[in-house]
Amino acid sequence: MGLKRMNGMNGFKELNGLKKRALLSLTLLVAAAPLAACGSNASTTGAAADTQGASADASKPASVEITNVSYDPTRELYEAYNKIFQTHWKEKSGQDVTIVQSHGGSGKQARSVLEGNEADVVTLALEQDVAELEKGGLIEPGWVDEFDKQSSPYTSTIVFLVRKGNPKGIKDWDDIVKPGVEVITPNPKTSGGARWNFLAAWAYAQEHDGSDEAKSTEFIKNLYNNVTVLDTGARGATTTFVENKQGDVLLAWENEAFLSIKEHPDDYEIVTPSISILAQPSVAVVDEIAKKRGTEEVSKEYLQYLYSDEAQKLAGDNYYRPSNPDILSQFSDTFDLDLKLVNIDDDFGGWEAATEKFFADSAIFDQIYQK
Amino acid sequence: MSDPNPIPPNPASIPQPAAAARNTARAQGRTARLVLIALGVLFILVMLVLPLITVCVYALKQGWDVFSNAITDPYAIKALQLTLLATAAAVICNTVFGLFASWTISKFHFRGKQFLTTLIDIPFAISPVIAGLVFILVFGRIGWAYDFLQAHDLKVVFAVPGVILATIFVTFPFVARELIPLMQAQGSDEEEAAALMGAGWWTIYRKITLPHIKWGLLYGIILCTARALGEFGAVSVVSGHLRGKTNTLPLHIEILFSEFQLTAAFAVSSILVAAAIIILILRNIVEFKGRKEEHEHVR
Repeated sequence: MGLKRMNGMNGFKELNGLKKRALLSLTLLVAAAPLAACGSNASTTGAAADTQGASADASKPASVEITNVSYDPTRELYEAYNKIFQTHWKEKSGQDVTIVQSHGGSGKQARSVLEGNEADVVTLALEQDVAELEKGGLIEPGWVDEFDKQSSPYTSTIVFLVRKGNPKGIKDWDDIVKPGVEVITPNPKTSGGARWNFLAAWAYAQEHDGSDEAKSTEFIKNLYNNVTVLDTGARGATTTFVENKQGDVLLAWENEAFLSIKEHPDDYEIVTPSISILAQPSVAVVDEIAKKRGTEEVSKEYLQYLYSDEAQKLAGDNYYRPSNPDILSQFSDTFDLDLKLVNIDDDFGGWEAATEKFFADSAIFDQIYQK
Repeated sequence: MSDPNPIPPNPASIPQPAAAARNTARAQGRTARLVLIALGVLFILVMLVLPLITVCVYALKQGWDVFSNAITDPYAIKALQLTLLATAAAVICNTVFGLFASWTISKFHFRGKQFLTTLIDIPFAISPVIAGLVFILVFGRIGWAYDFLQAHDLKVVFAVPGVILATIFVTFPFVARELIPLMQAQGSDEEEAAALMGAGWWTIYRKITLPHIKWGLLYGIILCTARALGEFGAVSVVSGHLRGKTNTLPLHIEILFSEFQLTAAFAVSSILVAAAIIILILRNIVEFKGRKEEHEHVR
């Protein structure tokens, strides 16, 4: 800094008057500003409280704001959906609605809501993540049946993303357990998407081994022996495969796979296996917050409207499978609708049972990794 | 950081072997010097300049339109505004605190002074992520202050105050750390003299202390600004990533990046790079002025 020593008596040397005044005003400014900052913060909070209070009234304010805490790959979907919902809500209630979006890993997002991130609605990747919020007392029990199709307005499944031309000739699950095939999938211990991958593979093995658990375990073991990078999240695994060019096949969400193809149409292609799993992302109103803010009505409608024809088409456009079968059939060009899909409740006895059997400590996944 | 005045080689101090040997030695010295300089330049190029160029190249890769769309995106602008707000708050708070703390620590003697100095350094030592988690554990839904905040309709974490708080925390020591050694080196002779002549504390502070430290103070403020603009870890934990509300510029960049919008991510990054370059230029001006003034004083 080169200012270490300033010599003794020179401090009394007359300072340029202008400089002196400038310094003084700087000091005053510096002293006054935090007060101003505090004041403005307080007033923002106050204003927020006012709108909250007002929206609880019978007479509706002109505008309302809700927060949708969602997971990573839904950004484009909700960007488009929010627009049509704003129009819909304006027609329905005369109110302008603003929707604040938050995206991140599903588990991480659930965690942040649990810690106080005030979401009016959550639209997460896994039923379990919403169940965590139920356990935390934020969402009332019975939310699964609050909306149609177990509160899953759109679904997805697990497919393979391979390099263009499919150099390893991957067609089905038994191709990816062959020696020399490098598989990219995230860690089922930390990633929701990875659990769907695991269960889809298990479903295939069960069907081909006549439900012999030992054989299926062996199959899964071979599969995970081929995994070269075990990322902590689905988006990380996609980046590893697509951007960093690791591995021969990525086990991916169907919508993520389509998104990767859209980004790099000449580099990748999608392979749909003979059997996969119906992934049902869950939506729910966060009762505690919506009640506090008086946004229950608009939050509920926000999720309900996801089932409308218009929104269902939007989901299809964004590579999610619409839960409405009529609309789904309109997307037969995009999706392989003949794909046999198992689902978590009928084939695995629900998430709780599946977690206990496969992913809990020293359950099947741990056993595979220890062997 | 003080003047690196190299000691000029004194010919008399060199022993007197043959002139040729001396020349060889000199040549060797020159080679060594060149190699070292080359290494230094290479290192700077690879570690500092190359990333900057990469950012700019990527930012403009898909043309000017994509670039300007990315930086005029409403969410990008909101993020920039929040970053500026948090930076301003951090700079103001930490300047006030830094002035008080450095004055107290360098001009007065009291018990526990060393402890206080150590405390100021905590944000340097702690990982920003932990700092963020601490705020969550205090002000979050599971934190002990939550009921109080709820009762008064206040929101700290996952809201703007949390972002500001986290930024202030990580930039806490910058101004104080800059001023303390400076003021300690100056000692308190002049202030004591002024006090003996009957000057009040405010006069002393304004006419003696502040003029002495102003360049160091500005330097600290600049460093603090630079750090606050780029803060990621602690803010990431407390922000909740609410688009247009609690996303700062670095968080916005990360989101764009993980959404495969590489060009947009780099375009927004270039705002921060530009800010960094401006800050560096300011820093150099301040340093230069400070040094010049010092020379004047010495004369």
